[in-house]
Amino acid sequence: MKLVFKLYAGLTDYLPPDAVDNKLIIEVSEHNTAYEVIDRYNVPREMAHLVLLNGVYIKPEDRNKAVFNDGDTLAIWPPVAGG
Amino acid sequence: MAWANNVLRVNLTEGTTSNEPLNMEWAGLYLGQRGLATKYLAEEIDPKCDALGSGNKLIMTTGPLTGTMASTGGRYSVVTKSPLTGAVACSNSGGFIGAELKAAGYDMIIFEGKSPRPVYLYVENDKVEIAPADEIWGQSVWAADEWLHKKYQDPLLRIAAVGRAAEKGCLYAAVVNDLHRAAGRSGVGTVMASKNLKAVAVRGTKGVGNIKDPGAFMQAVNAGKKVLAENAVTGQGLPTYGTQVLMNVINEVGAMPTRNMREVQFEGASKISAEAMHEPRESDGKPNLVTNAGCFGCTIACGRISTIDRGHFSIENKPQYWGASGGLEYEAAWALGSDTGVDDIDALTYANFICNEDGIDPISFGATVAAAMELYQIGAITKEQTGGVELKFGSAEALAWATEVTCRGEGFGLDLGMGSKRLCEKYGHPDLSMTVKGQEFPAYDPRGIQGMGLTYATSNRGACHLRSYTVSSEVMGVPEKTDPLVTEGKPELVKAFQDATSIVDSSGLCVFTTFAWTLEDIAPQVAAACGGDWTAESMLEAGERIWNLEREFNLAAGLTAADDTLPKRLLTEPAQTGPAKGNVNRLHEMLPKYYEVRGWNEQGVPTDETRQRLSL
Ligand code: SF4
Repeated sequence: MKLVFKLYAGLTDYLPPDAVDNKLIIEVSEHNTAYEVIDRYNVPREMAHLVLLNGVYIKPEDRNKAVFNDGDTLAIWPPVAGG
Repeated sequence: MAWANNVLRVNLTEGTTSNEPLNMEWAGLYLGQRGLATKYLAEEIDPKCDALGSGNKLIMTTGPLTGTMASTGGRYSVVTKSPLTGAVACSNSGGFIGAELKAAGYDMIIFEGKSPRPVYLYVENDKVEIAPADEIWGQSVWAADEWLHKKYQDPLLRIAAVGRAAEKGCLYAAVVNDLHRAAGRSGVGTVMASKNLKAVAVRGTKGVGNIKDPGAFMQAVNAGKKVLAENAVTGQGLPTYGTQVLMNVINEVGAMPTRNMREVQFEGASKISAEAMHEPRESDGKPNLVTNAGCFGCTIACGRISTIDRGHFSIENKPQYWGASGGLEYEAAWALGSDTGVDDIDALTYANFICNEDGIDPISFGATVAAAMELYQIGAITKEQTGGVELKFGSAEALAWATEVTCRGEGFGLDLGMGSKRLCEKYGHPDLSMTVKGQEFPAYDPRGIQGMGLTYATSNRGACHLRSYTVSSEVMGVPEKTDPLVTEGKPELVKAFQDATSIVDSSGLCVFTTFAWTLEDIAPQVAAACGGDWTAESMLEAGERIWNLEREFNLAAGLTAADDTLPKRLLTEPAQTGPAKGNVNRLHEMLPKYYEVRGWNEQGVPTDETRQRLSL
């Protein structure tokens, strides 16, 4: 099934060159976990600070669980802040 | 002891100046800057006075660490009664003028009365002069800055000034310093202009020498800088991407106020984000962002310096805007962009330049344009008022025009200069104003981040994110992650953020340090510089005292618990998309508990016990 995978800020460099607007459509299975996708793109796990599935935060302890549905969006940031 | 122990008092009515020692008893209770100047203001003016009358005072104030070698120790604030809200106003700015004022030997300048003619104040260490400003009255901040630099032939002169919008009575005019840093919110620039005070030019060469324990201070400051450098946010994220990194984050969590807060996600967010500012343009291959920049003594350097595409309609015939200048911060990009539905980054950067050039708050301005666009859409405002301009959501041309006429105080720009509340009242739809206490919202929709609803409703200066930035916890997980859609625990969280921020704003340091620092990092720096018993606990208590002092000023000014609320839209119209879909802000679940944890009665008034505990 399809997953919209987004990497932002300092993680942008881990996206392949064909990504547009920080975004890539990738193929995942229902058994895949957030960490498996993070590892697939060589993003250091400690840099995957803000991990959002459809905008909702996935806690570190849940990143090893199968959570995806077809068409979901997984967006990831390193530690960021602003004001 | 870090303070200069010297207050400069300027009586503009009489044209006289005098010096007096700082009230050190108050400094022990309120530290400096925001807290201490608010104490002076509360003691010296009638809170019910006309904010634009001669009875109001305007205080430019530093903190004890301003001008020292502490990282970010260059902050100053402008404290007065706000003409926009009728509440206390305290607007904080970086740049260099705060440190310069301290190096000239002053903790604060208190402006009183009203000058019979336009003047500016020139300060060079002990030399103080009130001089005629006829030649720069009617000119922009940038023109005034250039004129003063030429006149004194001193490139190191630091200047804060107001522009044409302030002179024309725009209620959210800023005091701009160092060309593109601003004490931006609540109309502090409008008060300055109402006193016929165009600019303050400062040169200080004395330095800040009276550190209580220099050895301990060096040690504490270096330890603090190490923490900032090693933290991923302050060491990498902010310098590289600036506050604009939040554009995509907040849009993803469904808390991006869009088109006058009718929606909570903006389809054009990625086009106006930090990532977009790094992308090379098609026309010349250069990105919008030229470099980052830092305020005095800052080791974070989150500032943005940008250029506009020279072929862009806004500047193609205006070479004066072809150079680099202050670029988009998240708040400006949101208000000028998402809230108006405009996704043209060059148009936003142009509007931002102009806001700096003539000194208006881009948050209040963008939000007011958004309200005007909604009024236009429903037919309450027509081309008759706009002089033929189609004031449509998403129109970059309309945004550029609105910025120009507001900054110059011309035509419909005078209506826009009233702010969203008065504009929506004038055109018969007060509910469309997205304001609290008359001040426009910043960039976080409280339907998607519940704690921010309480933050806005209870902020002492009207809707403001910088009074308690619970986004840090609710979205970014700093210091720890809380659920943005839950109200439980938010009253305590908001109080903790409000108190901590109040004292950081009173120290001379930048609140952005708190993405890495806690009060445990800040207290040793303050204690070594100031002497006395400054610990994390005593600082937090002083922060609580400051918050209550501001509250009491507002109550005395005539505000009540009824003002601690949000616009109907946010309390009754649910978010339609994203994780917050179906949510309104549940303020009623948080406000009573908040009053309780504050030690206030049900009318939101501090109890005698609270007043006593805080030595108020
Ligand atoms: S962090 Fe940013 S706003 Fe704060 S002092 Fe540094 S450059 Fe200025």
